[in-house]
Amino acid sequence: MSVTDPAVATPKRGKVRAGRPSAVWALPAVLFFTFFAIVPMALAFYLSFTKWDGLGDPKPVGLANWQKLLDDPRLTQSLTLTVLLTAASWAFQTVVALLLGVWAAGRQRNRAVLSAIFFVPFLLSSTAISVLFYALLDPNFGIIQKDTLGSSSGAFLAIVFVGGWQFIPFHTLIYQGGARQIPQVLYQAAAIDGAGRYRQFFSITLPQLRHTITTSTVLIVVGSLTYFETVLILTKGGPGTDTAILPYLMYEAGFKTYDFGYASAIASALVLAATGLSLLLVRLTGFGGMRSTREGM
Amino acid sequence: MESNRGRSTGTGGAIGTGGTAFSRRWVLGAGASALLTTGLSACGSGEGSGGGGGTITAFVYGDDAVKVQQAAVDRFNKSAASKTAKGKVKLEKIPGSDYLPKLRTAMGSPSAPDVFFNWGGGSIKAYQAADKVVDLTDIIENDPVLKNGFLPSVLAAGDLKGRHYGIPMRGMQPVILFYNKSVFAEQKLQPPTTWDELLDINTKLKKAKITPFALGGSDVWPELMWLEYLVDRIGGPEVFKRIQDGDAEGWGDPAVLKAAEMVKELIDDGAFGSKFTSVSYVNGGAPAVFAKGKAAMHLMGSWEYSTQLGKFPDFAKSNLGWAAFPEIEDGVGDVRNVVGNPTNYWSINPRTQNKDAAIAFLKDCASEAYAKDLVALGDVPTTSNAAALLSSAPNPEYAKFQYDMVEQAPAFTLSWDQALGDELGTKMHTEIGKLFTGKSSPSQFVSACKGLK
Repeated sequence: MSVTDPAVATPKRGKVRAGRPSAVWALPAVLFFTFFAIVPMALAFYLSFTKWDGLGDPKPVGLANWQKLLDDPRLTQSLTLTVLLTAASWAFQTVVALLLGVWAAGRQRNRAVLSAIFFVPFLLSSTAISVLFYALLDPNFGIIQKDTLGSSSGAFLAIVFVGGWQFIPFHTLIYQGGARQIPQVLYQAAAIDGAGRYRQFFSITLPQLRHTITTSTVLIVVGSLTYFETVLILTKGGPGTDTAILPYLMYEAGFKTYDFGYASAIASALVLAATGLSLLLVRLTGFGGMRSTREGM
Repeated sequence: MESNRGRSTGTGGAIGTGGTAFSRRWVLGAGASALLTTGLSACGSGEGSGGGGGTITAFVYGDDAVKVQQAAVDRFNKSAASKTAKGKVKLEKIPGSDYLPKLRTAMGSPSAPDVFFNWGGGSIKAYQAADKVVDLTDIIENDPVLKNGFLPSVLAAGDLKGRHYGIPMRGMQPVILFYNKSVFAEQKLQPPTTWDELLDINTKLKKAKITPFALGGSDVWPELMWLEYLVDRIGGPEVFKRIQDGDAEGWGDPAVLKAAEMVKELIDDGAFGSKFTSVSYVNGGAPAVFAKGKAAMHLMGSWEYSTQLGKFPDFAKSNLGWAAFPEIEDGVGDVRNVVGNPTNYWSINPRTQNKDAAIAFLKDCASEAYAKDLVALGDVPTTSNAAALLSSAPNPEYAKFQYDMVEQAPAFTLSWDQALGDELGTKMHTEIGKLFTGKSSPSQFVSACKGLK
């Protein structure tokens, strides 16, 4: 052991230099998250045990709002719709984004140009996108001129489509990055062994993208659970109540009937569900263990 | 719901979190609740309700008509009354679709307005219960300008339990049966005066491949207007009065079921076309269908005229016709009865630091200058001096029609959603939406309404 080795001679300073940065650097993000996520969440959780119409002071009512949530006849429909929307969004966005992402990972110039164009919808605000599609779907003056938003399935599919149109570019980007990380040697070896394009996709690309799929899935699931603006602008939960997903139910309880206690109960339930689901997904896929997809390489 | 929706230009309330995509997903994902707590935490911009010094703030529904209120503020701020009360007024115009939630959240915060626009009746019930609105009854009684300034029926229409909480500040907004004159002329039709005539007209129009009625079904409140008139004509104004007074069994009145059945017949008959559930009034869809002659009639609030004047001026000036809602055979309701919104009101927040200035400002609504501004905009004021001013309206004939309609009406039923207040009104909207989209039958509609609370 050499005494002159700086890393050993001054282990403390060496550790600072070579190890993790100080916690202070995380402060802005922590503060941001605290004030805009943790504090509002805690307040909503508190409000869910009160009755508050926004004017007077919140009055504690115990578990009344949670009981009301369980007894609400609209909860079943709303929950079903939320699950359906999440599943449909996942299927639509994952399939399209995965294929597009892998395609965009190629280094050809035309792919680079097209990928940049594909990314544009994601840069627009969801409100602007919804207003745009609302105009396009107008039954009398739009491009389709059908009663799309007036039928239950039409309205639901429109929401799935508009959501996909907006968020597929983002997931494409994730998959593009993921696909570019896959070592070329794998493909070269496969080619020597005679694997065709499809075999390469299913035996190399897809397994190698496992963690990328998890990341993207968690984002889609959590995003769909809290999907809101598009529903508000496109359908207002209609026709009837056929697209009134949980976040819309929450909005209606809060900002239409001014029952902020009940709305907070729905919001808290959503937070719990979203957190639980993400944890479950991470567990099930082994993503949490951070095991490498490139073992043995 | 809000009468002035007709004029609002905004679409749905945009609650954008902005920021980058990643953070939006996380902010939404982690705390959808943040939306709710804006009401609790994000509204305090730090100002006291007095607004500093003697200046008072007034919240108003920000549509085209707001220039009348702006003119009133400018006039007041230069007036002697403003100097006596040592205060000026600052007007905050809030885009229409955001008005209600914004007012609600602001009233619970330190940046509450001193004076605020509302619809009277049920719309301020919660404010009255929370002691957020000044009882103006005695002030009006003791002030001849206010006491004699307005049509008594309109002043009373915004009451809660016989007490006045607001001063009328906009035009009257009865619901009127509008028709497209050129379509009617081409088909050789006259506006219907009885229900049978209306059905007969429908048959003829459908033969000519014209939709009888434009209807902005996706907004729901235009659908409500049909039920309001049908119930009134079938059972008289007492039917809804009972419901308004808190008796949910009132929904069980045979008139409500009959009205719902007639609505269903109209829908099944194609009276509103096949796509009305996705047509909106607010975004201009229904007015355009009507103005372009794709639909021949439109049951709508009186603001339809100014909406058409803005979007299709030629149509509004030469081809827009108007009539009262027809009589229904065997119905007990008077054909002169009117539904709609009597007007809008200014109310005062008790926490204001300059109540004198607020009251002095409200008095301006009774002035001739104020009424003239309203008339110039195409509105019919609810002031006692209005009748004499109507000849200078952009369309004197239309103004006179409205004024007479309201003045001669034995009963003026406030829009149901306004009368019931936000909570019940919203739930009723849901049920009406289900009725019109065929998700519930007329009898299911009635039993669902009975269960509303």
